[in-house]
Amino acid sequence: MHMSDGLVNAPTSLLFGVIAAIGLTICVTKARADLDDKTAPMAGLVTAFVFAVQMINFPILPGASGHLLGGAVVAILVGPWVGALCISIVLVVQALLFADGGLTALGMNIVNMALIGVFTAYAVARLMRPLALRNRAGLVATAFVAAFVNVVVASLGFVVEYAIGGAGGASLGTVFTLMVGLHTLIGIGEGIITAATVGAVAALRPDLVYLLRGSRSPLEVRGSAP
Amino acid sequence: MSAPSRRSAAFFVGFLVVVLVIAGGISYFASADPDGLDTVTLSGCQLDEAGEPVAGTCIAQIAGEHAMASPLADYAVEGGEGTVGLAGVIGVLATLVVAGGLFWLLRRRDGAKARE
Repeated sequence: MHMSDGLVNAPTSLLFGVIAAIGLTICVTKARADLDDKTAPMAGLVTAFVFAVQMINFPILPGASGHLLGGAVVAILVGPWVGALCISIVLVVQALLFADGGLTALGMNIVNMALIGVFTAYAVARLMRPLALRNRAGLVATAFVAAFVNVVVASLGFVVEYAIGGAGGASLGTVFTLMVGLHTLIGIGEGIITAATVGAVAALRPDLVYLLRGSRSPLEVRGSAP
Repeated sequence: MSAPSRRSAAFFVGFLVVVLVIAGGISYFASADPDGLDTVTLSGCQLDEAGEPVAGTCIAQIAGEHAMASPLADYAVEGGEGTVGLAGVIGVLATLVVAGGLFWLLRRRDGAKARE
């Protein structure tokens, strides 16, 4: 879902660049509390994981594909503040090294995927946390739903930016309908990948799952036994 | 400062291997079709072999070229065919260094007190 340069006008790019900078500053401040000797390496690996999986485009329709955004993966595994930084680092590496996503569009890409995506996923995961704490199936279901909603809501970010400063080429109604339609399909793929990833980490190391932390869930008790 | 336990180290090494396999191997099987957003911005245009718009009206026509040349552009090393896996591995290592470094610097140093 990486925007190229020029899809919206310069003032809009600048506006979202400022929003991204403010958002990331807050995230850096808040992330400290969630990072220690154990979670810092985990967050680094989760970031590399998101980069790798974003390379894997899966087909959704003839001639169209989708790839993981990763908002729910990071929100559930490392929390929203660190998670937003994870996705932002991926986006910066992609824009600078791989010409994937424009440089002037970086602010919008960060707002859509790192801020809107991650915090939407985290809000859904918090709402479903009682279910996630019940058992592994509940956690996996939470991961699926959070991932699905994250993709659809993040896609609306582009619709808003196009509405504010779109340089034309298609009507807003068409953009809205196509974005939401395609990302509903992509959201299902995102949900499956996220559910599998979170399920695998929870099976091996439930103590490394941010959403389960501070709980006396059966998942954690089971995980701490030898 | 407590070093991560041996159990954590084993998990992290395993995780890194999985990530490298995805970027270095599974990436060869990725779909080359445009993603959701690109499908929307290309909608209304006829595309040539390379997927660039040649006729019609669509959002992507006004998209600019990427402002920075990179030897890894479009997930290939120097544009070479069949180099997506190598580009992916380089990207994973770059991401890991940047993210791991930043998060390690940001982490709390109060060790045991930090645990719940």
